Amino acid sequence: MSGAAVAMMIVSIVIVWGGLVAAIINLKRGGGPDSGAHRDL
Amino acid sequence: MSATTDAEKRRGAFSSRTVFILAAIGSAVGLGNIWRFPYVAYEGGGGAFMVPYIVALLVAGLPFLLMDYALGHRFRGSAPLTFARLRRWTEGIGWWQVAICVAIAVYYAAVIAWSIRYTGFSLTQAWGDDPESFLMNDFLQRSSGISFDIVPGVLVPLTLVWVVTIAIMTLGVQRGVGATAVVFIPVLLVAFTALVVQALLLPGAATGLDALFTPQWAALLEPGVWGAAFGQIFFSLSVGFGIMITYSSYVGRKTDMPGSGLVVGLSNSGFELLAGIGVFAALGFLAQANGVQVTEVVASGIGLAFVVFPTIISEAPAGALIGVLFFGSLVLAGITSLVSILEVVISAVRDKFELTRVRATLVVTVPAALVSIAFFSTASGLSVLDIVDHFVNQYGILLVAVVSTLAVAWGVRALPELAAHLNRSGSIRLGRWWYVLVGGVIPVALTFVLVQQLITDLRTPYEGYPTWMLAVFGWGVAVAAIIFGLIAGRTRWRADTAVENFETEQDLEDAP
Repeated sequence: MSGAAVAMMIVSIVIVWGGLVAAIINLKRGGGPDSGAHRDL
Repeated sequence: MSATTDAEKRRGAFSSRTVFILAAIGSAVGLGNIWRFPYVAYEGGGGAFMVPYIVALLVAGLPFLLMDYALGHRFRGSAPLTFARLRRWTEGIGWWQVAICVAIAVYYAAVIAWSIRYTGFSLTQAWGDDPESFLMNDFLQRSSGISFDIVPGVLVPLTLVWVVTIAIMTLGVQRGVGATAVVFIPVLLVAFTALVVQALLLPGAATGLDALFTPQWAALLEPGVWGAAFGQIFFSLSVGFGIMITYSSYVGRKTDMPGSGLVVGLSNSGFELLAGIGVFAALGFLAQANGVQVTEVVASGIGLAFVVFPTIISEAPAGALIGVLFFGSLVLAGITSLVSILEVVISAVRDKFELTRVRATLVVTVPAALVSIAFFSTASGLSVLDIVDHFVNQYGILLVAVVSTLAVAWGVRALPELAAHLNRSGSIRLGRWWYVLVGGVIPVALTFVLVQQLITDLRTPYEGYPTWMLAVFGWGVAVAAIIFGLIAGRTRWRADTAVENFETEQDLEDAP
């Protein structure tokens, strides 16, 4: 792989997967309890 | 307990935020993530494509997702009921979305059925040394025009897909839709990761990744590449045709919807990126094994899945394992998406006619299954599928998305109300920036994509199909969905369904 390709692959992974990890942490910290309506008929 | 809460109990709900997020990911992650994104990224400038792709995700995909969430979560209904509660005159948009979902469900099931058969074919490499001929002549027994000759090899798995799907839908929102996502999504992630690892171990994998990620910066100057990025994000996220409205109506009132949406959107893109790496690693192997450039083996859609991948499976070490993981992943991703598409229709029918879950499921799915089997287990299945897929995507999903953003942002001017609703329990505050994106950037970007495609389709008949086939299965289906929406949107609701008086009840419940 060329240096440019390696760099773009790493940048893409860091932004997308890193962003996902940050989003999950944000939800766990500030998103309230993981509770729902507990109803289904 | 208010009437609204009683209504919610009757409709069903997800048991937790996690189940909702997994169900939403299950809907967003579908066949397009696996077989469309890698090709679009490669054609759109390789590594450079990630720039418009991420911009499109941030300025269009996620804001649109939040609009759908806000609508469903505030108005607590299926797409038609949600729009009726927003303003009575917008209800037809919801029914238009329902009609689109019916059309998609009917053909989407067929591709899942093919993937089931190909999971088995992978073990014996039944396609021999000519996968394309095997697909067209032996498996699908394709005819050039319309033929109602039954193809048993498709009929049996297609019937199986519908039986399983009907069983899931009958079980309800939590025990059916939610439980399916809770089981299928982790299994899909494990199976697909195993596939990617196996692909990366193949000789030539680095060549494929080089082709995918080498940036062609000049592509960023082409408007078409930006259009492709917005189109990919839009189609991939399952926004704009009722699914996310329906799912968010099943979520607890205090749930952090913007925070959840961020997780769903980035999970979808994360899976696409994983798919890009896996698919291009495998394509790199195929190119190297045959002594050709990667560009000569690149494909997307049905060609990638059912022609190129069988070739890879035949030539790669542990090919059967790659085949089972690849086609098994298509089945898992496909079923969670099919379930979400059908839920839009079932939810709408339940809301309108106050039917029980089982009855509404059977009223919707049995006719859909019969039409699906009649059209797609026959020798003309592939042609019809290809045409319906193209036209419903472009002149169904894309068009209704533009109309819905214009109606919500400009017709009703509801964005401040919706932002205030999400801000009550959201971890990310929506403000003027969101109004600008939903009311301006999104309709302009999607209209650009739509017009680009319209010009192409008016200049040359799609894929060279006969005009009458394009008129009936293409334009005809797209226009029929609009007409259905207009007519259904004018029908009366039952007296005990809160429509015009819903807002007052909602405000009382929201009061501290």
